[in-house]
Amino acid sequence: MSQDIIAAVQASQLKTDRPEVNIGDTVDVHVRIIEGEKERIQVFTGVIIKMQNGGLEQTFTVRRIVANEGVERTFPMHSPRVAKIDIVRHGDARRAKLYYLRDRVGKKRRLRDRRRGLDALTMRKEEAATKQAQDAAPAEAAEASAE
Amino acid sequence: MATAILGKKVGMTRYYDAEGKNVPVTVIQAGPCFVSQVKTVETDGYEAIQIAFEDIKARNSTFQLIGHDAKAGLGSKRFHREVRLGEGEAAGYEPGQEIGVEAFDAVKYVDVIGTSKGKGTQGPMKRHGFAGQEASHGVERKHRSPGSVGGRSSNLGTGKPKKGIRMAGRMGNERVTVRSIEVIGVDKEKGLLLVKGPVPGANKGLVMVREATRLYKRKAKNA
Repeated sequence: MSQDIIAAVQASQLKTDRPEVNIGDTVDVHVRIIEGEKERIQVFTGVIIKMQNGGLEQTFTVRRIVANEGVERTFPMHSPRVAKIDIVRHGDARRAKLYYLRDRVGKKRRLRDRRRGLDALTMRKEEAATKQAQDAAPAEAAEASAE
Repeated sequence: MATAILGKKVGMTRYYDAEGKNVPVTVIQAGPCFVSQVKTVETDGYEAIQIAFEDIKARNSTFQLIGHDAKAGLGSKRFHREVRLGEGEAAGYEPGQEIGVEAFDAVKYVDVIGTSKGKGTQGPMKRHGFAGQEASHGVERKHRSPGSVGGRSSNLGTGKPKKGIRMAGRMGNERVTVRSIEVIGVDKEKGLLLVKGPVPGANKGLVMVREATRLYKRKAKNA
């Protein structure tokens, strides 16, 4: 019962218009920065290396390289200070936590595009289908030769 | 007028304020409470109201309490707490009157009273914040011990430690008041009170919320 009450309190604060982001995605995080009276937006671009917790408490960590130094920033997903999240590229990640990127240098830092990953998957499927067809074909050919 | 209400601690969550600041909040399911008794100078020598909270089955109450609640025209209630009032304030209350969270609409700071979580037997470092002994420099097996409890002279020649010397023992499970905490929101529909920061006791524990009796200077300025 108490969980329901908490959920109801949180419900009004959840963002409904946020995009579906995944681990490995390269994103532009638009952060609202309030300096006294003025408010401006700063963009932090990088790869999402981890997402933690759920619901209102959900956070994600973005890693980028600034001046040859790795910088990681963790944002609360539902904070009003995170004005917008733009997905630049979908990366193909096979882990839930991409800590291994911290040890990578140079071009190896990049993640495979998920589209390419998907292409490879569909190709593999197609190959398997053709192979099946070929397996079936000799039987047909045998029948044909018998005639 | 003294504003007070009984409620149950629901749990904690976060709240983003207008500036987008992340504020830790405790959700309290407060009220509805009912005035079960009005005490006046004539009847009791002082002015106060007794508020009752949470329905229970009559068979789980006692004959005395059933009669007491019935006198105010109420069903059986689980909790009864007294709230002291200033002179002449008791006239504004009647037995059976309902007190809801609306009472806290205009209140900025509250005191929350609850029973802290029991910690069992604890050493003096955790219980009283003692510094303990050093980690090295010849200290052996006494790193968390309290140290001296007094010598012969400081103990007035009795040979016993003074009364009230702080030692290891039962910790927690006692009445704790957290003073002057900010009210973040009042949900009249659901009867919820959102206050900033933690509140004593476990979830589902009884808490009493009252308007802050004293404020620090900075908070007094805001109120």
